[in-house]
Amino acid sequence: MKNQLLPDFLAEPERYELSEDRCFSDELSRRTFFRIVGSGIVVAFLLRDADAQDRQPPPVQRQRGGGSLPKEIGAWLHIGEDSAITVYTGKVEIGQNIRTSLTQVVAEELRVSPSRISMTMADTQKVPFDFGTAGSQTTPMMASQLRRVAAAARELLLDLAAKEGKVERGTLTVTDGKVIGPDSKPSFEFGKLTQGKKLVKLIDDKVPTTPAEKWTVAGKSEPKVEGQAFVTGAHLYASDIKRPGMVFGKVLRPPALKAELVSVQTKDAEALPGVRVIHEGNFVGVTAPTDHAAAKAVAALHAEWKTTPQIDGADLFKHLKSRPAEARGFGGPSKNVQGSVKEGLDAADKKVEAAYTIAYIAHVPLEPRAAVAEWSEGKLTVWTGTQRPFGVRGELATAFGIPAESVRVIVPDMGSGYGGKHTGEAALEAARLAKAAGKPVKLVWTREEEFTWAYFRPAGVIEVTAGAKKDGTLTAWEFHNYNSGASALRSPYQATNQHVEFHPADSPLRQGSYRALAATANHFARESHLDDLAHELDLDPLAFRLKNLKDERLRAVLEAAAKQFGWGHAKPADGQGFGIAGGIEKGSYVATCAEVEANLQSGRVKVVRVATAFECGAILNPDNLKNQIEGANMMALGGALFEAIQFANGKILNPRLSDYKVPRFGDAPQMETVLLNRKDLPSAGAGETPIVALAPAVGNAIFQATGLRLRSLPMAPKGLKAT
Amino acid sequence: MPTVKELHINGSKRSLDADSERSLLSVLRDDLDLTGSKYGCGEGSCGACTVLLDGKPTRSCITPVGSAEGKPIGTIEGLAHDGKLHPIQEAFLKTGALQCGYCTPGMIMSAMGLLSKEAEPDRDAIVRFMGGNICRCGTYPRIITAIEQAAKALKGSGK
Repeated sequence: MKNQLLPDFLAEPERYELSEDRCFSDELSRRTFFRIVGSGIVVAFLLRDADAQDRQPPPVQRQRGGGSLPKEIGAWLHIGEDSAITVYTGKVEIGQNIRTSLTQVVAEELRVSPSRISMTMADTQKVPFDFGTAGSQTTPMMASQLRRVAAAARELLLDLAAKEGKVERGTLTVTDGKVIGPDSKPSFEFGKLTQGKKLVKLIDDKVPTTPAEKWTVAGKSEPKVEGQAFVTGAHLYASDIKRPGMVFGKVLRPPALKAELVSVQTKDAEALPGVRVIHEGNFVGVTAPTDHAAAKAVAALHAEWKTTPQIDGADLFKHLKSRPAEARGFGGPSKNVQGSVKEGLDAADKKVEAAYTIAYIAHVPLEPRAAVAEWSEGKLTVWTGTQRPFGVRGELATAFGIPAESVRVIVPDMGSGYGGKHTGEAALEAARLAKAAGKPVKLVWTREEEFTWAYFRPAGVIEVTAGAKKDGTLTAWEFHNYNSGASALRSPYQATNQHVEFHPADSPLRQGSYRALAATANHFARESHLDDLAHELDLDPLAFRLKNLKDERLRAVLEAAAKQFGWGHAKPADGQGFGIAGGIEKGSYVATCAEVEANLQSGRVKVVRVATAFECGAILNPDNLKNQIEGANMMALGGALFEAIQFANGKILNPRLSDYKVPRFGDAPQMETVLLNRKDLPSAGAGETPIVALAPAVGNAIFQATGLRLRSLPMAPKGLKAT
Repeated sequence: MPTVKELHINGSKRSLDADSERSLLSVLRDDLDLTGSKYGCGEGSCGACTVLLDGKPTRSCITPVGSAEGKPIGTIEGLAHDGKLHPIQEAFLKTGALQCGYCTPGMIMSAMGLLSKEAEPDRDAIVRFMGGNICRCGTYPRIITAIEQAAKALKGSGK
């Protein structure tokens, strides 16, 4: 049986590696819940397709460990005897502001002010298993579960009040944290109803919830929960955690990727005050009283390395085309063929064939990977920034050969991630050093380590051949993506004859998730190519798109963005260009129009104005959504115009913020954002999708301004001249 | 090795014992528990570590603590008084000028430096002055608005 709240697809790889038998026991869960919180009532969301959720050690082992929450629980809520409402979820706050939006949906159903609710997130000892905060799944899945949990809690409170007050249940309502009867008699605080009780209610996705048209708290621009702690510097990120007796750790890095340690002389480092060197196989690290002393100690290590010749960035795209990789599951090939592309091209009046390339780019979360690790009686606690707290718990348990229950991973609200913090390198390193040193260890990656030893958004080559009739009807669409990924591979445009395919390749650099995955690359190629075809056919790019588009939601955002931008009303001046692009990803719809100033003589290119229309079903928090869209456009500008990892022979050549340009204040265009609120549709995630349309919109605008069609991301790393 | 024994931070004298060549950032964070200032790049390129040194926005990650001795140091922790936020902090909250918030203290300290020098900066002046601060979440347009609002509020309050 498939739970409707689980997505049909999960966008990230590495999720289905393990599964296990069901192990749910009401009695066990009851004890576990109340061990964590004390008396009151608990409402928990029971997942019915547990296999898709979990990859934990066998249940027997877990029970022996003292009882974690059963794996079938998606999220749960507790109302204490003091009326305190606490929500428990494995999701992580990365800056996408789900602490606020999830609070809102709970407040909505419980009919209380958001300030009454506290969220316990991403502490593996307290929250139910979660696969990770990724794939824009928090809103469609977790918000949906929590709405149901909160709605069921409200109904349970009504039951309890009816019994307690010996009144007709139908006469009672829940308002402002109380259950009240007509004329406020009787009136029960939530805590009064939960006193002395230990009630667990398990619910599923059948619990009815308040429709979006009736929302009063959800759907509003509630301010960021705990916002004050961020503007005062009081919020403690993982890199801010301090433990008694804590020392600072640092790892000796090889001079190049894939290098192996031949020998290391540690004497000089060990002679430094308070320094301890830990050497286990290829791993050499130090602990020291300060980060400065740790850096000096690493500098005093004398190591010899064996390096392996590796390819240079200049050969990257040839390499990706010629080195197919064996990959299965989510990283594996994907192919969709309809009709005959050859016949479609024969029937076309105009054809365009081109190749696009995509560079590796770095996430550059401003808080680098960081962890504080502490061992106590064989148990490990790690504070770290990761989007997969349970995944990192598993990595730690495996690395140290201990049960997962002996590892607690706590993720304080993070200094961003953008898909770049799915793994637990810093946690493993800190834990290893802490174990050897017998003291808590803090380890914070330097920016250079972050650029070199993390992973990148995949590079890729995309080859497109397309044909259309004079009237703009698409007749053929062939699209091959090498390495960058299969997200948004399929075209939303109608074409009878199609062949789209993703070809996994051997990546010379470590690669992984990045906000919107390959949807950015695939939209860049597709929407640039369509623009080219429209130009060949002498058709308006928007009209050409609409002619081949049946999807009403995508049409709506394209039309809304065009309207906001004034598309078709003004002719661009000299050196000015307008571009449009749109797309669908993760159940959300986006269209962006861009105005650029571009000059081939000076090489200068500047994105002046951006109008984006976005639709993701019923909006949970309009201002936060707007913030995400603006931020995604801003981030997209970097990958569109200038961000690229340069590398040669196993070395990253630009591993510093002084060498790797990210968007800054001066790059910010004027931004206009239009939100289409579809209260009749379920809410979809919106942290990723708004990033996909900017690059092609800008490229199309540069083409209009200059006649130059730029087919590589980034499009203008050194301005327009050098490209 | 020379050590620093005292720093003047947020109007108070703080005792410590730190190698003078250590960065001001790590001394603030690790010795004095003032973790509001952040590490972002270690080379003064991102502004996350910005503090006011002698009233000027300074990248504490590349400032040896020895060079800060005897000078007034202002950090994000010194802005709010008795639970009342500074108008710049208020403006950041009001305009939603943050997502993950990691750059926020550095942004606010840079903005403090700007507004102490120029009471009513126009957009271009804000963009120029703030150019060394990175917000990877991309809230730049909101930060500009926040600084404009804070400038108005400060002018109104006569500060």
